[in-house]
Amino acid sequence: MEPLLVFPDPAPPELAQALDLAGYAWKAVADDLAASRDIPEDGWGGAIVVADSDPESAWAVCRAVRKGDVPLEPLLVLVNGGQLSELELREDLFDDFCLSPFHPRELEARLRHLFWRAGVGARPELLEYSGLALNFETYQAAIDGRPLDLTYMEYELLKFLASHPGKVFTRETLLSRVWGYDYYGGARTVDVHIRRLRAKLGEERANLIQTVRSVGYSFGQSRWGL
Amino acid sequence: MEPQKEYVLRTVEERGVRLIRLWFTDVLGQHKSVAITPAELDAAFEEGVQFDGSSIDGFSRIQESDVLAMPDASTFELLPWADPREPSGRMFCDIHTLDSLPFDGDPRQILRRNLQTAKAQGYSFFCAPEVEFFYFESGDPAVGPTPVDRASYFDLTTADVSSNLRKRTIHTLEAMGIPVEYSFHEFSPSQHEIDLRYTDALEMADNLMALRLVVRKTAMDSGLFASFMPKPFSHQPGSGMHTHMSLFDGDTNAFYDPDDEYLLSTVARQFIAGLLHHAPEITAVTNQLVNSYKRLIIGDEAPVYVSWARNNRSALVRVPVVKADKHSSTRIEYRALDAASNPYLSFSVILAAGMRGITDGYELPSEAQADLHQFDRSEAKRAGLRSLPRSLHEAVGLMEDSELVRDALGEHVFEWFLRNKRAEWDDYERQVTPFELERYLPNI
Repeated sequence: MEPLLVFPDPAPPELAQALDLAGYAWKAVADDLAASRDIPEDGWGGAIVVADSDPESAWAVCRAVRKGDVPLEPLLVLVNGGQLSELELREDLFDDFCLSPFHPRELEARLRHLFWRAGVGARPELLEYSGLALNFETYQAAIDGRPLDLTYMEYELLKFLASHPGKVFTRETLLSRVWGYDYYGGARTVDVHIRRLRAKLGEERANLIQTVRSVGYSFGQSRWGL
Repeated sequence: MEPQKEYVLRTVEERGVRLIRLWFTDVLGQHKSVAITPAELDAAFEEGVQFDGSSIDGFSRIQESDVLAMPDASTFELLPWADPREPSGRMFCDIHTLDSLPFDGDPRQILRRNLQTAKAQGYSFFCAPEVEFFYFESGDPAVGPTPVDRASYFDLTTADVSSNLRKRTIHTLEAMGIPVEYSFHEFSPSQHEIDLRYTDALEMADNLMALRLVVRKTAMDSGLFASFMPKPFSHQPGSGMHTHMSLFDGDTNAFYDPDDEYLLSTVARQFIAGLLHHAPEITAVTNQLVNSYKRLIIGDEAPVYVSWARNNRSALVRVPVVKADKHSSTRIEYRALDAASNPYLSFSVILAAGMRGITDGYELPSEAQADLHQFDRSEAKRAGLRSLPRSLHEAVGLMEDSELVRDALGEHVFEWFLRNKRAEWDDYERQVTPFELERYLPNI
């Protein structure tokens, strides 16, 4: 997926962190000139414009990327509570807005929905978590740069768990969400696959997958510590 | 295209896989393989790989000999021993007829069918085998079995060749997604054991095929030879494959009942009763070689009498005592099986015997109290104990009359297996053995 345009440069640290954790590639631009000049080779994948510190420049950036031959979509603008009136008469300059300070989960959900509506890269293709990298496009997984040799179900299970860090799943949930059908091995199959995944992750990383006694399994920590 | 197949195609491309080995098993449990290149993979998924089945044991048919190997994408694994610059992968196959119907001679589909029958009654069948084998200097019959170490049970043999071999074998198995629970030096010199962690029976049968290959290959890479022959030495215990088993109903262990004196459910009792009742007639399958019966003898740590017990290792079926907080591991252990059998067929007949006990509501006889290893045959007879067959000949005779084995294996394999085993016995019967020469030649 093409990188997202982010204004201003440098991007606010909490925005940079949220985008990184959600797996989006992005690049910050300083002003409207840079926005229309420094276009990446494959173009922009979308834009996030923070309007609360320097509204004038922010709207200029929006105008620059929306008024060209091919308007940049989707565009999410971040405004503070006092700026809501600024949104009036600028409906054409953005697709959605988010109140600043933003909640990372809200931002992630809005982005996901915007991309889904725009029909582009509905999800980021790369997931990275604490040394583990999953490429959804190529079905490849690596841990600390070492490729993991996984079977299809091991890959799907790891992908599902790693996409929901910190969340605890029961065996039944994993079976129905990952296997998606009534596999004749039943819920025990989940234990078998977890054991195999841990072995393949290697001793140092095996604890990425935790057993939650008499409940099920979870992966890593929630990104937001919630 | 199904996501599993797409996953395999994509992985083959991304990892630069050069060769894909398609694995299947003949009726006697021999591992077969045909290799294809990535260019042929797409077609292999769609149409299968056609080959002449007439040269595969148990696949031969009179009218049509060609069959199709249909790769099971869910079993795709990269082979850990392949050169990383030229990776190769493997998939287990189901065998189909040219009309795309499951082929009756395919052991993998026979097990799948038996598992589906159990599933229709609400049960999944889980197995955890303990595989015993020997390391020898050579596999040449003229050289004979020569141990590579002189250690014994649980001996910590730090520096010797065979414990290194076992360690390498376990690493390879783990890399292939075959978790090992324990491994240790067994009783006899050069004898080792690898205990696998439970999985459902189909995956376990696949895992056992892979295990036999990995054990042999790892030994061969060190210039040694690994053998699963049930009884290589006359005066040392042989190699068995005690197998722990349980039925699960969803997430619940169907063998566990907190209110029972032995913590065994009615289902467990009936399953054991079925297994005991039909044990003699399934033994030709679970112990399929002339040599298998040299292991099943009195005073040699192997079961001889049809019996069950809790903590008595001389019984045919043992019910291990589980820790108070480990009720999900309630299980039974069948001790006759050896690793020279075809795991797909062995698990099929064992499951069929146990399930018959459940569907027909068999009564579990009382537990064996004595150490059965001390019983001679006439004492056992007086105590009302039945014996397992004493030879392949006797076992085949019992199997011949078994509706249960016929149903479990299907007509094609049942008939072929009997023919093949009768022929094996006939060959054996013709032999004049060293025993006879030593005992009779000088004196008679």
